[in-house]
Amino acid sequence: MPATAKTKQTKPKPRPKAKSKAPGEVLLLVGTMKGAFLFWSDRKRKKWKVDGPHFPGESVYALAFDQRGGRQRLLAAPRSMHWGSVIRASDDYGKTWSAPDRQNVRFPEDTGLSLTQIWQISAATSSEPDTLFCGVEPAALFQSRDGGESWTVVKGLLDHEHRKQWQPGGGGLCLHTILCDPADSRRMVVAISTGGVYRTEDGGKSWRARNTGVRAEFLPDKHPEFGQCVHKVVHHPSRPERLFLQNHWGLYRSDNWGDNWNDVANGVPSDFGFAMQMHPHKQDTVYIVPIQSDSFRCVPEAKLRVYRTGDGGKSWKPLAKGLPQHDAYETILRDALSADALDPAGIYFGTRSGKLYASGNEGNSWEAIAEGLPPIVCVKGAAVGAGTLS
Amino acid sequence: MGVTVELPRALQPYAHGESVVVLDEPCASVAEALAALEEYWPGVVDLVLTEQREVRQHVNVFVGDENIRFLDGLATPVPPGSTITILAAVSGG
Repeated sequence: MPATAKTKQTKPKPRPKAKSKAPGEVLLLVGTMKGAFLFWSDRKRKKWKVDGPHFPGESVYALAFDQRGGRQRLLAAPRSMHWGSVIRASDDYGKTWSAPDRQNVRFPEDTGLSLTQIWQISAATSSEPDTLFCGVEPAALFQSRDGGESWTVVKGLLDHEHRKQWQPGGGGLCLHTILCDPADSRRMVVAISTGGVYRTEDGGKSWRARNTGVRAEFLPDKHPEFGQCVHKVVHHPSRPERLFLQNHWGLYRSDNWGDNWNDVANGVPSDFGFAMQMHPHKQDTVYIVPIQSDSFRCVPEAKLRVYRTGDGGKSWKPLAKGLPQHDAYETILRDALSADALDPAGIYFGTRSGKLYASGNEGNSWEAIAEGLPPIVCVKGAAVGAGTLS
Repeated sequence: MGVTVELPRALQPYAHGESVVVLDEPCASVAEALAALEEYWPGVVDLVLTEQREVRQHVNVFVGDENIRFLDGLATPVPPGSTITILAAVSGG
């Protein structure tokens, strides 16, 4: 019998906040072009159980695990080719997911913009346990003050005078990186492809381009104020002002929140790449996966190698044990490299060809823990009970 | 005489599981019908229209058997007793 619109919808019950038992101690959130997968392991990280696909048929570029404020909340941004993007949450490790009454990340109608995709979900600092941010395409930042239930656009960046000159990169005009200052919630860095790095010191009211020293190979002026195609920026919470940046050609470090950048591509086979990951405990240690070029977006020499610096970028060394060293025409995208928070740290990455690799010893050796997944676009590692790592 | 709106499976969770919704009031156009639907099931309309009130690229809306893309879009008239059908386009991946 058809429903009549006179029967008004009843308000759904709030999600229960009772804690579920985690299926494991280490969680890998893996977003693919056709759904999300949860991989679980114990602290040894030798055997993994897979759960999924969640949201089958939908691409999932953004995943997060928020353990602040007593939560154990998974957040996912599935995107249906037909019906658009929404942020959904699970408080029971993916057994059930929220179904928001309305699309919860939406541009105000008067902006003239419509959401294409959600690229990043990031927790704010632990001092604001209900605050989250998400970066979207077309490039904009949204904020939630209620743990991810509702979202509003950050007007200061939306109205930035540079916006009209930002251009889409190969993946679209996306805001993909969000870094918060753990000591000052008013300070934040975001990165846009292509637009570059922007920093706020006043909680998002105003933003300044911070790209001095970062090159833009694809523009006549190779060092513009903004417009760079920044692929990823990372920092360590214990030294937040020092940023590492993987550029569309270029590998950089800033020691002053992006005021200026210095080249640190010392010993890498290519300074082109997408992915970059900070070590969870060592502030001088960063991981990257160099890519041959922007025209041939596969790892150099068809050898799958992660590179690690242990000295803040003065030198980089390949990590290849257990990874294929011939005929590996692999691509690792910007959010497909991650770490957990254990000691020794687990490092993880996924390929566009659907292979998922894990290292339980900080990258010294690797094992394939899954093959044949859909193209992997996002990997997020976390140790249950060890805080958010996004 | 009202207007019947048929929903695809993907949208039914946003209408409390209903596959068919009857709008009791007459609607002059598809835009008016969707606005009436939005009053009760806003989540459904969010998934059909973008923030700019445009039908999403890979969604098709029919009045009877006619795709509104080839008529007057959201201004397409909706005669009393009509059925509006919302469907995913054949695109996929």
